[in-house]
Order: sequence, then C-alpha cells, then structure tokens
Amino acid sequence: MDPWHKFRRIFYSVGIPPTIWLIAFFLVPLGLIWIFSFGEKVGVVGIDITWTLDNYVRSFNPDILTIFAKSLWLAAVATFICLVIGLPVALGIVYAPNKWKGLLLLGIMLPFWTNLLIRTYALIAVLRTRGYVNFTLEWLDGAARWFLELFGMGGIALAILGERFQALELLYNDNAVILGLVYVHLPFMVLPLYAALERLDRSYLEASLDLGAGHLRTLWNVVVPLALPGIISGLIITFIPALGSFLTPDLLGGPDSAMIATIIERQFKSANDWPFGSALSFLLMYITFGALAIRALMARRRGGDGMGG
Amino acid sequence: MTDGAKTIIGIRSVTKRFNGNVLAVDDVSLDIKSGEFFALLGPSGCGKTTLLRMIAGFEVPSDGSVEIDGQVVDDVPPNKRPVNMVFQSYAVFPHMTVADNVAYGLKMDGVSSSEAKGRVEEALGLVQLPGYGERMPDQLSGGQRQRVALARALVKRPKVLLLDEPLSALDAKLREAMQLELRNLQAKVGITFVMVTHDQDEALSMADRVAVMESGRVRQLAAPRDLYEFPNCRFVADFIGKMNLFEGVVKSSAGSEISVGIDGIGDVRLPFDGSAQGKIGIAIRPEKAMVTADKPSDEDCLSLEGQVTQVAYYGNESHVFVKTASGLDFSVTTQNNERSVVAATNPGDRRWVSWRRKDTLVLAE
Ligand SMILES: Nc1ncnc2c1ncn2[C@@H]1O[C@H](COP(=O)(O)OP(=O)(O)OP(=O)(O)O)[C@@H](O)[C@H]1O
Ligand SMILES: [Mg+2]
Repeated sequence: MDPWHKFRRIFYSVGIPPTIWLIAFFLVPLGLIWIFSFGEKVGVVGIDITWTLDNYVRSFNPDILTIFAKSLWLAAVATFICLVIGLPVALGIVYAPNKWKGLLLLGIMLPFWTNLLIRTYALIAVLRTRGYVNFTLEWLDGAARWFLELFGMGGIALAILGERFQALELLYNDNAVILGLVYVHLPFMVLPLYAALERLDRSYLEASLDLGAGHLRTLWNVVVPLALPGIISGLIITFIPALGSFLTPDLLGGPDSAMIATIIERQFKSANDWPFGSALSFLLMYITFGALAIRALMARRRGGDGMGG
Repeated sequence: MTDGAKTIIGIRSVTKRFNGNVLAVDDVSLDIKSGEFFALLGPSGCGKTTLLRMIAGFEVPSDGSVEIDGQVVDDVPPNKRPVNMVFQSYAVFPHMTVADNVAYGLKMDGVSSSEAKGRVEEALGLVQLPGYGERMPDQLSGGQRQRVALARALVKRPKVLLLDEPLSALDAKLREAMQLELRNLQAKVGITFVMVTHDQDEALSMADRVAVMESGRVRQLAAPRDLYEFPNCRFVADFIGKMNLFEGVVKSSAGSEISVGIDGIGDVRLPFDGSAQGKIGIAIRPEKAMVTADKPSDEDCLSLEGQVTQVAYYGNESHVFVKTASGLDFSVTTQNNERSVVAATNPGDRRWVSWRRKDTLVLAE
C-alpha cells in the first residue's frame, strides 16, 4: 500500500468535509457549553461569562449529588441486568445454526429502527394498570377463582387471592425505569458480546470440556476471561447512554426517579438556567470519561487488546 | 506386538451424517487395543477428525455406537469420558500460565492443589519443559505450546490420548524430532494413543497399526509394514508410498497361482492366494523393480523393454522413468550405492525394466 500522502488531494477532499462538520456541529457547541458553565445568568436570556466556578460549586449540593448517585445506580443496575441477559443471548446466537444467525441478529437490532418515544409508550401500554401484564394477571386470577370454586374451595380462593383482583402498580417507580433502560439498551450489550464471542476459537471451549469442566465452569473459566474485552466494551457502551437517559426516567419513572439528564434538560428548558445546566452536563461528561479511562487502563493491562467490537 | 491385548476403544458400525446429508463417516467398525499407538490416516476430508471427535464426545454418531473400555459412551458428555484430546490448534488457554493450563484438568477433577503441583511438574518434565510453569503461552514457540497441550492432556492420565494432526503446525525439522519424541513418550507412559494424520510417513513411522480411510470408510487396517507391502486395494496401494499401477483381467486361477492379462504387458502367471475375477489392479513398487541394459535371464522375473524418459537424482537414490514399447509409464527407484551407477542411466537410453513375480501385487479392488 502506498502511504496516504501520495494521494494528498483525495485524502483532503475525503477528509475535510467531515472534519468541518465535526468542528461546526460538535466541537463548537461543546465549547460554547463549556464556556457557559463558567457564566452567570443575567435577565431572562442573557448569560454573562464571568469565569465563576459557582455553577460547579452549586452542583455539589446534596440534592444534585443524590440524583447523580441515583443515576449512576440506576444505570449500573440496568447495565448489569443487560449483561446477565445479554451474555446467554449472545452465546445463543453464536451457537445457533448459521442460517438463523442473521435473523436473530436482526431481531436484536430491530428495536433500533423504531423511535425511542414509540418504544417507551409501547412499554407503558404493557405495564400500566390497564395494561397487558395486568390483563394477563387478571385473567389468570379469574381462572384460578373459577377453578377453585368449581371444586368448592371458594373460601380458599378468597383467603389466598383476596376480595378481588388488585392491579399491580408497575409504572412510575425505579423498577419501571430500570426495566425501560434494560429494554432500550440491551442491543448495545448484545452486539459487542456477540462480536467477541464469535471470534472466540471454539477449540478453547472444547479443550475445557475435554479436560473435565462442565458448561458452567467452562463459561466462567474460559469464555468470560477470553471475552473480557468484549464484555468491558459492552458494559461501557451500555452504561454511558443509560447514564445519560432522560426520556425513559421521565416517562416511566416516579417523582423521585429523576436521573441527572432529566435535571439537565430542566435547566435548559423550564428552569432556564443554562450556566448551571452546562456545568451539570460537563460533570456528567467527566464521569463518562472516567468510565472510558477505566476501560483504557484495563485494556492496557491486558496487553493492549482491549477493543472488543 | 499388541495382539491379544484388550480392546480399549470399540467403534461399532459408526456412521456420521452432518445436516442429514453430508456423509462424513460411513459405517466404520474397528477395535483399538489397549497400549497401542493407533493412527487414522487418509486424505483431506475423509472423516478422520470426525471419527476422533466422536471418540472424544464432541460429535454424536448418527448410527452405531462407541465403546470405551467396554462401556457404551454414546450418552456420556466429553467432560465425563476417560479420554483426552490434543487439538490441532493446541488450544492452550492464552489467559493462563503454563502451569495453570496443565493443572486445569486436575482442578476440574478436584485433585488437591498440593498433589496437582507435583503432577504438573512431573508432566512438564515428561514433555521436556521443566521450569516453564510460570510462562504465559504467548511466550512459547509453536513446538513448546504443542508440548504444553500434550502435558495438559497426559497429566490427567487418560485411558486414551487423542491427537488431531498434532505435528502439522510444526516445521519439517521440528516435526521429525517430535515424531520420535512422541513415540518414545507413548512407550514410556503406556497410554493408548490415537493419532489423526494425513502424512503417511508420520503414520508409518510412528504407529503400531494404521487405519487408512477414504471418503468416510476404512479401506485397510494393518501394521505399517503390511500396509506398505500388502495393500488390499488400489486406493491404499496408491496412497501409501509410490506405486506403478496397471490394469488387468483374470484369465484363470488355480491353487496359489493366477493367470492374468495385463494391458501393455501381456499374459503372465503370478503367485496369488486369494480369489479374484474380472478386472483387477496390478501394482509394483518402484524400488522392487530394476533397470538393466540387458534382459535378465531369471525365470522368476517379468521384464519389459523401453526407453528412459527422465532421471531424477536425489543423492542417495534416483528415480528412473521408463516408457515401454507398449506405452506404459514405469517408475523405478534405484539406490546409488556405487559411484559408477550414478552416470550409468540417462534419458534416451534403451533399458529393460524387470521385477520378481512374487513382488507383483494383485489388487482385487
Ligand atoms: N460440523 C460439520 N458440518 C458439516 N459438515 C462437516 C462438519 N465437520 C466436518 N464436515 C464434513 O465431513 C467431512 C469429513 O470431515 P473431517 O473434518 O472429518 O475430515 P478430515 O479427514 O479430518 O480432513 P482434514 O485432513 O482436512 O482435516 C468433510 O466433507 C467435511 O466437510
Ligand atoms: Mg481433520
């Protein structure tokens, strides 16, 4: 291959437009937000850049820190559940017959093609008091009562099942947020895991089985360590967008399940406090960088092969 | 040799079809004796690996069954079978030290760590890697990795060690050294070895018995010497070593003699103990024939006149190619055991090719 500088003209004509795009629509706005974060609000729309650290200091009040902690917690739990669900799913796809693989991967990616808002409302339709989960439970409840009464055990039915069916409150709490985050972010986990597992030489698994390990021990001793770069990628690729979610906690969460992005959005909109919102945004970004730094560090420790798809 | 030893692995009419139609192994039955070095030899795609993997438990026979030490193991998963495998790619776990690799199987069996330590040392000594325990696999050469794979399997003291082309990834020189070493190791530990290979020299020089496979079937199972001197079909005759193969028709057979008409040679009488009819193959090993200037007078010899087309000189021996008057191509291997013979035969020379009747193979198949 000739080095790129032999084709300087092609290189520049291909390389410059995206660079301009990146600068104009990503770096410049980001820089503006960074500058705003050192500003003070004057009047309704004005921002005075005074290089004050006040906005950052304000972020470190207990209320905001609690929300940061809660966001980290919700995102972490959702990410972990994604891993627990995603690993068997990815393994299943890797070991599925070849003709099924494409279809299964498509199935995993299908939700990507639907608008997030629509997906979230679909979840609401499933979970709400008059939703499909409760309909199903109600039907089961009715069937059980009918069955017990048929055998003259109406008393027992009353004792176990109560006076009448009580719909479960599945929405507007932390669990609903976690469920929503898992539902939305599962593909982010499955795809890197799939890529890592697909590359894994099967003779390692067979060697482990051959040497007397069962499937679970092979999974733990061989698959997980060898797929670790992919697992770490999956964790981070899932954790970062989960941490920054605002639609999901907004629509599915209760009054106390606000995540940090919800608060940020509020600053830019209803609270109209851009400097504070900017400072919060950057704090969130530093946390994200922290997560990425951890990954880079782990990748270096493993001999530089940290990319997992 | 191993006659009379008990059967350790019994393959009973085993057939393997992939996806319902690819016939990888076709009704194979054979017995592997305890303590022997057994080789599965055949061209690429003939089903050797599939057969080995059915013994290890990674594939399930579509038909028939596999017995290990007298027990049918069709329902026994790989991790519960008393056999261990050395993979073609070695499959040495890259995230574990050499010692952890070797100890892996012992740990799975619940062997105490103090006992495991001793056995790991012993196994590494056996494969001549003492003191390599703390290394990571990526700090080893291909040959050393292969030894680790060997130690990892041997340390479990399996009843049978399965090896899938264990030497194919090594360069020629190392391969030759490892052939000898593996052979000595087998004699030392006394474990039954079943080795897959497509290299006939490897099979002949290492194994006590060799099963030659072709498209899923075992064509011949014999000791290396018998395989070479008494192949039972054209395929084996041609696959093992070099061979001059001609076509013929049986004219008559009486007692221990057979009369055949051979294309390009004519009617000849040959010693033959079996029964054969119709079309047959006639085979002569190149080193069993001679090239001479005059027709030999020996009554026991068959001879043909022809012209030397090519002489390939290999130092210790030469391959002389002769085209007979009747149009047959004959190759003869001559030993250059005197300096004077080296220059004696040249392309264009008229020569006689001759061989003993009793060295002529009659192949019914
Ligand atoms: N998992 C599989 N699915 C479908 N067909 C297979 C599978 N494994 C092997 N085969 C087919 O079965 C036949 C025998 O394969 P096998 O690997 O046993 O050959 P081999 O003798 O070991 O060849 P080689 O010397 O090339 O390793 C081949 O035609 C192969 O394509
Ligand atoms: Mg093979």
